[in-house]
Amino acid sequence: MELLAQQLINGLFIGSVYGLFAVGYTLVFGVLDILNLAHPAIFTLGGLVALWLVEGAHFSIWAAFPSAVLFAGLLGLILDRIAFFPIRRRADSNFSGLISSIAMAILFESAAFALFGARTVRFPANTVTNRVWQVAGVTITSLQVEIVLTAILFMVGLTQLLKRTRVGKAIRAVAENDRAARLLGIHVDRIIAFTFFLSSAMGGAAGILFGLYFDALSPDMGRSIEIKGLAVIILGGMGSIPGAILGGLAFGLTEVLTVAITGTSNLRDAVAFTMLFAILIFRPSGFLGRRSMREA
Amino acid sequence: MRKADRWGCIYALTVALVAVLALGGAQQAIAAGKEAKIGLALSMTGGAAAYGATQKNGAQLAIDEINAAAGAEGPKLVALFDDDASTPQQGANVYSKFINADNVSVIIGPTLSNTAQVTNRIAQEAGVPVLGISNTAKGITDIGDFIFRDSLTEFVVIPNTIRIAKEKLGIKKVAVLYGNDDAFTKGGYDAFKKALADAQIEILSEQTFAKGDRDFSPQLTQIKAKNPDAIICSALVEEASGIVSQARQLGIPKSVRIIGGNGFNSPALIKNAGEAAEGVMVGAAWNVTSTSPLNKKFVETYTAKYGNPPDQFATQAYAGVYIIHEAIKKAGSTDRKAIRDALKGIKDLDTVLGKFSFTEGRDADHLPVVQEVKGGKFVVFGE
Repeated sequence: MELLAQQLINGLFIGSVYGLFAVGYTLVFGVLDILNLAHPAIFTLGGLVALWLVEGAHFSIWAAFPSAVLFAGLLGLILDRIAFFPIRRRADSNFSGLISSIAMAILFESAAFALFGARTVRFPANTVTNRVWQVAGVTITSLQVEIVLTAILFMVGLTQLLKRTRVGKAIRAVAENDRAARLLGIHVDRIIAFTFFLSSAMGGAAGILFGLYFDALSPDMGRSIEIKGLAVIILGGMGSIPGAILGGLAFGLTEVLTVAITGTSNLRDAVAFTMLFAILIFRPSGFLGRRSMREA
Repeated sequence: MRKADRWGCIYALTVALVAVLALGGAQQAIAAGKEAKIGLALSMTGGAAAYGATQKNGAQLAIDEINAAAGAEGPKLVALFDDDASTPQQGANVYSKFINADNVSVIIGPTLSNTAQVTNRIAQEAGVPVLGISNTAKGITDIGDFIFRDSLTEFVVIPNTIRIAKEKLGIKKVAVLYGNDDAFTKGGYDAFKKALADAQIEILSEQTFAKGDRDFSPQLTQIKAKNPDAIICSALVEEASGIVSQARQLGIPKSVRIIGGNGFNSPALIKNAGEAAEGVMVGAAWNVTSTSPLNKKFVETYTAKYGNPPDQFATQAYAGVYIIHEAIKKAGSTDRKAIRDALKGIKDLDTVLGKFSFTEGRDADHLPVVQEVKGGKFVVFGE
């Protein structure tokens, strides 16, 4: 029983990181109908920049985290300006945007290689004080709690922003119909840029949390989460934010339980993706359907 | 003369010249008695350059000491160093030069097992004895009866680690965690499994992971639930660091030792895992803190000469030169075959590695050490 509880905690924890990463993916998809494949590169750069701030500039993690999240958000603005804005009026902008986002991913990844080298780097010891708690035979670390709380905070904050604020409403309007939004006087390009800012900031935050917990950052770490992020948003329902969170948790739990039951990590991805297919047979639109962002 | 003809001519002349040199050299080798030429093919450039550099330091120190002590009686050693560039191709070039042009009596090297697989066949065919000083891969000495090594393999180190751990810590049941998609970590697992069976230690659970994994908490949670006395782990240093820190984070107590294979044998483990690495145990051929008088003197002289203490590579190189020197002394000649026969007979030679012998299969045989991490350093746990 304790064993199962511990494994569920493990899954919940990794799942919340997947969820946070996938929320950024799905936000851009919900608004633009575009898959932004540079998202994993921003995830990586977020983590690496936070590391650089802690190690090189001697920031405390509490200062480095918001700075790096902001930086990731700014990268999102650059990404939008270079990769998506110039081709937005083209008829094939969904497809050409996908390709140009791949190009940006390569540029970002090369920049990470050039700046940080190909080796695995780590946060210095004691970047965060990590306390270990035993609750009813289950071990939880303060870092895990902080990571899950941060992820929840970000996700709740984003949902509320979309639901209650003017800019949130504008984002939903653009997602519904950008032409109508424009006619209503909404500055569509600025709203899209802001959407990229939000999405990339969440991606960067996920990268920092991932790097802090596993304490191993490398310029190619986005690769390991890229496909999982896509699977998570398909599982949750394309464009749905609660769906991405739910999908992330489901994916994390499946992974952990697969390893726990089989005693090997070789089948981990296979089982997780098999589950993805199985669920799509019964619910082709994923857990929470499509387009729930507009209703948020 | 047409151009093609001219090249043909130069080619023929070159072949003839090489043949004359080789024949002349062979006679000289048998005649000389007080001076022996040894070729050292080490990686000065390429991926293994960091190892090659300290190997050269260790070998050079031994050669200087031997020549200073030799006096008029000899035998003195004439050392030829060359760079195998960490590749089999360049290694083969260097071997050909040593064997045919320089006419060495014996070769030390190459740095990498991968290179040795190619170069040692050349030496075996030419009948030149080779002493590997850092090759630990399987099958190197199976190449032929001229191939020796003074570097211990995992199949010697690991059983010793397990034996000492059982004796000193009373380990009875363990959990095993290893990377099953890599030849090196899988090889380490095979060695552990055999050693555990021989020591009659029960394996409660076997878990595996893949290269590049970052999250080991599912496997470690399963292991924790079985309450093992120790965790046996065969992993490369990146994964090893993650495993060690996550095990402690999950609340597996320090009293449950993590015993690693050769992949753990790196200062990077201590740097990466920090406090969590304390108490980790790993076997090795040698440790800098070994207290034998020979080793103490070596560490002192080496540190004085080069400014930093020797590592295992420098030590095995240093010991290798002394082993070759002993064989040449015994053979009383610089004849390649005589030296080979003398090498075969080396038994209980006092070296910095301890009492050194060759096995029937020309592999190294000496007592390995077991190290533990203490205060951020590898120190001797038991010899």
